[in-house]
Amino acid sequence: MLNWMQWLPENVSTFGGDIDGVIRTIWYVTVAWFFITLGTLAAFLILYRRRAGRRAAYVKGERLREAAWVLVPVVVVVILDLWLDLLGAPVWAKVKIERPATDLTIQVTGKQFEWEVLYPGPDGKFGTADDRQLLDELHVPVGKPVHIIFKAKDVIHSFFLPNFRLKQDMVPGRTIEGWFEATKPGKYELPCAELCGFGHSGMKGWLYVHPPAEYEQWVKEQWPLA
Amino acid sequence: MNQARAGTITAEAVEHHAARGFWRTYVFSTDHKMIAKQYLTLGLAWTFVGGLLAAVMRWQLAWPDTAVPGWGEIGPEVYNMLVTMHGTIMVFFVAMPILLGAFGNFLIPLMIGARDMAFPRLNMLSVWTFALASLVLFVSFFVPGGAASAGWTGYPPLSARPAYTGVNWGLNLWILAQALEFAAFLMGGVNYLTTAIILRAPGMTFLRVPMVVWQQITAAALFLLSVGPLIAGAVMLLLDRTIGTSFYAPEVGGDPLLWQHLFWFFGHPEVYVVLLPALGAVLEVLPVFSRKPLFGYRWIVGATIVAGGLSFIVWAHHMFISGMDPRLAMPFSITTILISVPFAYIVFAMIATLWRGSIRFATPMLFALGFLAMFIMGGLTGIFNGSAPSDIYVSRTYFVVAHFHYTLFSAVFFGGFAGFYFWFPKMFGRMLSEPLGKLHFWLTLVFFNVTFFPLHHIGLAGMVRRIANPLQYEALVPYQWINVVSTVGTFCMVATQLVFALNVVWSLVAGRRAPTNPWEANTLEWAGPLAAAALELGPCAPDGLLRSVRVQPAGGPRRLPPAEPGPGASPIGGARYVDLCGSARDPRYAGGESRGVVVPRVGDHDVRRPYRELHCLPPRQ
Repeated sequence: MLNWMQWLPENVSTFGGDIDGVIRTIWYVTVAWFFITLGTLAAFLILYRRRAGRRAAYVKGERLREAAWVLVPVVVVVILDLWLDLLGAPVWAKVKIERPATDLTIQVTGKQFEWEVLYPGPDGKFGTADDRQLLDELHVPVGKPVHIIFKAKDVIHSFFLPNFRLKQDMVPGRTIEGWFEATKPGKYELPCAELCGFGHSGMKGWLYVHPPAEYEQWVKEQWPLA
Repeated sequence: MNQARAGTITAEAVEHHAARGFWRTYVFSTDHKMIAKQYLTLGLAWTFVGGLLAAVMRWQLAWPDTAVPGWGEIGPEVYNMLVTMHGTIMVFFVAMPILLGAFGNFLIPLMIGARDMAFPRLNMLSVWTFALASLVLFVSFFVPGGAASAGWTGYPPLSARPAYTGVNWGLNLWILAQALEFAAFLMGGVNYLTTAIILRAPGMTFLRVPMVVWQQITAAALFLLSVGPLIAGAVMLLLDRTIGTSFYAPEVGGDPLLWQHLFWFFGHPEVYVVLLPALGAVLEVLPVFSRKPLFGYRWIVGATIVAGGLSFIVWAHHMFISGMDPRLAMPFSITTILISVPFAYIVFAMIATLWRGSIRFATPMLFALGFLAMFIMGGLTGIFNGSAPSDIYVSRTYFVVAHFHYTLFSAVFFGGFAGFYFWFPKMFGRMLSEPLGKLHFWLTLVFFNVTFFPLHHIGLAGMVRRIANPLQYEALVPYQWINVVSTVGTFCMVATQLVFALNVVWSLVAGRRAPTNPWEANTLEWAGPLAAAALELGPCAPDGLLRSVRVQPAGGPRRLPPAEPGPGASPIGGARYVDLCGSARDPRYAGGESRGVVVPRVGDHDVRRPYRELHCLPPRQ
């Protein structure tokens, strides 16, 4: 209950572990600060409660020597914050900026209130006759990077794969690219994370992660002529 | 000036006050204190509506698609409306009128030694514009299609075309109500700034004004500087909706992200517009009940201004995954870290203020401490959101909901109640019941945490915001009990507010009459006797301007000689008046330009900052 890390859903993407690492580090740092600051607060409240015959000290805290009692913890906070940011920078770059090379690209278009999932087919190009569109389901192989092209038709939607620690808004008029690589076969929920109208609640799809052989089989079923 | 003269003025003031009649006194008043009460009344009325919406929303989340008692079943359309209007009401129609409108109007003139706001009629126009905004927003519930349902952030294209939400006039009126609300608080903000800049009593320098005034005027400045882009954005949105322009329509070259930039450029400063006045109230309460000066007054003033400045360059941390260029995330992560510096300073300074104090746990202090503890919690969870990679996961989930309720709800609720309990005797001349106040505090603290703490967990488990039915998601079904816990907490918290309502009503009718300075505070608003509004500043005040001076004798504070007993009760309970030359006398009865330093003596504790100087000037013509 109290360890927040246990509440995250199982991670099944290659970069999810890195994100969890950042969250875990933040968790340890913030828990430590929580107990330090609230502990100090509680201690002061007990130690300095009103008692007969004892007067409050006259401390203005304006001279640097006094202010240092506050400034030093502030500096520690800044150093920790910067450290967390530096720790996070490569993870952010890995997830959102860099993309490993792959030959599998899928276009997902959000619309009220469905995910249109477009596969380019065997020729690997969108806009050709062998494109194939599915609704609310994605199929990908395990252990292979998948590029996703995010689009939206009407309003803003947000593509959220909790198990993959992947979230990306889809903005009408923009083409946004992203990627993920699954590490474990299974069926994973894909909710829309941005309010998109009355059907927002319940707008979700499924991501099926297949073992390589099973994925080949699925491809053969979809494109029997190829 | 002599006692008789002072008495005459007082009597005239009373007569004048009575002569204004009911309408000019209670409705179309230009008196800042009455305007403050009008803002307070409107804000509390909206709290009731906003709370009701929240309770209905929570019912739906705990027991989806069952009939809400007294309301009926709610579908997803209504749910989206509840989400939208709850957010809009709580931020713009509860937090701002209570924290800025009521506290700002009431306190700024009293605390800086001014008789009223710089522009009293503009002030009246401000509150009536806000009343009009309230009316428009209220009417929007009853137009065909219902009230706005595109989220309180109103992201287009969802908000830009009626077909996407099915709400037509509801959303137009929502924009109109916001525009009127902005106009009201622009008038208020201009007034606050002008008053604080030009109407400070002689000697009340900027580094002597009480902290809450600093927080209020910083908030007013932030609002003035940030709201322009949003107003431009809102005009474009209204044009998109009504005459078919395409500022946000991508099909013809518009850009939906434009709105998000404009909204959050305003939105982040707006968070501080709400936070700072509450913070200010708490910063006033903590020293009084610790019997110590604020730890590092000047540093906190500096920190507040720095935080205000930085708040203009952090907005894109609301947009990490919005589809903007991902390379922007790191710069905004860094600025977000920088803004934690001034707030860390202020929080630690609040804790340091308690150090070696003599802490009295009266109700205002309890709420102030509640704010401090809960705000620390909210600040820490903010780091999860501020770190870009971690935000990929936690954004758009209930973790964010938990985070901003720990920050904003703690500001509005705990900070607001700290101020309300603290200044209630000043506003209404009666004391609130302490036992009921303490009961109110402890129940609120417990149920606040029952309501919002578990939301961190369900957010981490992957529950996204603004969904009407969590049971539609397989991953969330095992965690549904958390929604039930949170909902029960909400109902208990709402019920707890009956204790508060009872306390207020009972105290207004039969509460103990408040002494002049019930909390033994040393800011200027407590210098005058209480009760009737026109008698505000007491026998001296109609023609005397009070001001504070900070006199630090060489070699640190020293005991000042006891005052000679003067005629009549002194304005500050138990205070001694000593003039700058050291010869003791009561300056209320001194003529013309004489000055005196007030050193409140409080029981066995001295509060020596800021020293108060009475500066009696000839009456204003």
